[in-house]
Amino acid sequence: MVNPVRNNKLAENAKMKDKNTISNGVKFAIKNLDIWFGTIHALKQVSMEIEANEILGAIGPSSSGKTTFLRMLNRLNDLSPNFRMNGEVKLENDNIKNIDAQFLRKRVGMVFALPLSLPLSIFDNVAYGVKMHGVKNKKLLQNKVEESLKEAYLWDEVKDRLNESAFKLSGGQQQRLCIARTLAVSPEVILFDEPCSGLDPISTAKVEDAMVKLKQKYTIVLVTNNVKQAARVSDRTAFFLNGELIELDKTELIFTGPKDKRTDGYIRGKFG
Amino acid sequence: MQKIKEFIIEKFIFICGIASIFFVVLIFLFLLKEGLAVFKFVKPLEFLLGKNWYPISEPAQLGILPLVLGSLLVTLGAAVISIPIGVGCAIYIAEIAPLKIKETLKAGIELLAAIPSVVLGFIGMVTLVPLVKNIFHLPTGLTALSGSIMLAFMAMPTIVSIAEDALYSVPKNYKEGAFALGATHWQTIWRVMLPAASSGILAAVMLGIGRVIGETMAVMMITGNAAIMPNSILSPVRTLTATIAAEMGEAVVGSEHYFALFAIGIVLFVISFIINVTADLFLHKDQK
Repeated sequence: MVNPVRNNKLAENAKMKDKNTISNGVKFAIKNLDIWFGTIHALKQVSMEIEANEILGAIGPSSSGKTTFLRMLNRLNDLSPNFRMNGEVKLENDNIKNIDAQFLRKRVGMVFALPLSLPLSIFDNVAYGVKMHGVKNKKLLQNKVEESLKEAYLWDEVKDRLNESAFKLSGGQQQRLCIARTLAVSPEVILFDEPCSGLDPISTAKVEDAMVKLKQKYTIVLVTNNVKQAARVSDRTAFFLNGELIELDKTELIFTGPKDKRTDGYIRGKFG
Repeated sequence: MQKIKEFIIEKFIFICGIASIFFVVLIFLFLLKEGLAVFKFVKPLEFLLGKNWYPISEPAQLGILPLVLGSLLVTLGAAVISIPIGVGCAIYIAEIAPLKIKETLKAGIELLAAIPSVVLGFIGMVTLVPLVKNIFHLPTGLTALSGSIMLAFMAMPTIVSIAEDALYSVPKNYKEGAFALGATHWQTIWRVMLPAASSGILAAVMLGIGRVIGETMAVMMITGNAAIMPNSILSPVRTLTATIAAEMGEAVVGSEHYFALFAIGIVLFVISFIINVTADLFLHKDQK
């Protein structure tokens, strides 16, 4: 590969795997999860565990249920009027049904496919969630914003223009701004819903960079349509098809010797 | 043959198309011609800021300030009452209400819009007016306040339905984004939905106010119709619209009184034109 950013990242990625940063703690335990939207059976009997400090990649063709799965984890599915579920999802031994949605969503942050910058300054965009949760102290806000922007690898690019409108940033920068905004609320888990679908390759590399570094502190679930992205950044990869979890294993294994023929077909680009 | 047919239809549709603007221009010109004639009798400033409206005394005193203030007072009162309730209702319908209640409420709002204003005025006269009189211990319940309350009912359907549309058309991902940050439902409404829908809501308010300021029948029936300088919301007032409606029949054509009424028409026209243009600006702000 010619891209130095990418090469550095891959090296770093490999180093982290050597150090075996994946702890044994289980963040999410999902058991026999079924989800319906009206008559559509969107997820069928999904059981899996998501470990702390790992990047779990979820791949699969469109309408395979991977996004529904992701939005289950912070209960965003609850917003759909005809949503029904069966089974249980536990976040560190607490059934997420029993956690108040707003506390759950504070612990489980989410970054969407399209950068959702608000028509505010860069600073206010990042401080938005923190302010909403009642932090008013200016010093505290400033620290939080700086810290989050650094974690999202955006600080160096914006530190001199925090008061400019967020719309002046490029697409990739806006997406990292959204990551910073999510980080500012101090979540434990970050859900990425196709975070690079609208970005050019260099911006994508930067966002992927940020993700790989973030897993030291956070657990990451990444839904992506880009199979190669899952191969590059995730520790384990889950393959969804028609609402079923077909296969979940270490990323290397999924991409070198998948057990299921359908997984093999998808990653080779035979369908989807 | 085909060509001629095509030509005729095209021209016919063209005439239909420009008819409305043609009539507006005609009406406006007529209004201007008749209305501006009043300035042969009074100076423009005297007309607008004069405190006495005695159109048939000798010599006639044609100051419309009490009428303008009457209109503004009633409108302001109606706005103060209808905006919070209307916007609150819109939020409830768009965001909170379960589907069934939502449908019922929407139908109710539409029914409210369908009540003829004279009926509202009539109901106000027999129920609201005595109530206001008793509560505030007034000599009469025919006050600006009664008019405001009644007009608030008329402005509400406009405000609710347009504001609800505005809230409904806020992109779904704004809402999800806020929820994903851990916002409560109310925080999402207050900090995301309302700012995002603000231009539409402002337009709704302006159109509601536009409806109020042009309303005639109900205010004529319940505001007392006294063309005096109002000193509080509890005093009887007379609005611009009610003045025209009440006096046009008895004004001698070609007299200064007659021209003065047309001039009042111009003032009304200008006021509601400003309100409508403002609403339009807000409504189309996002599309630029």
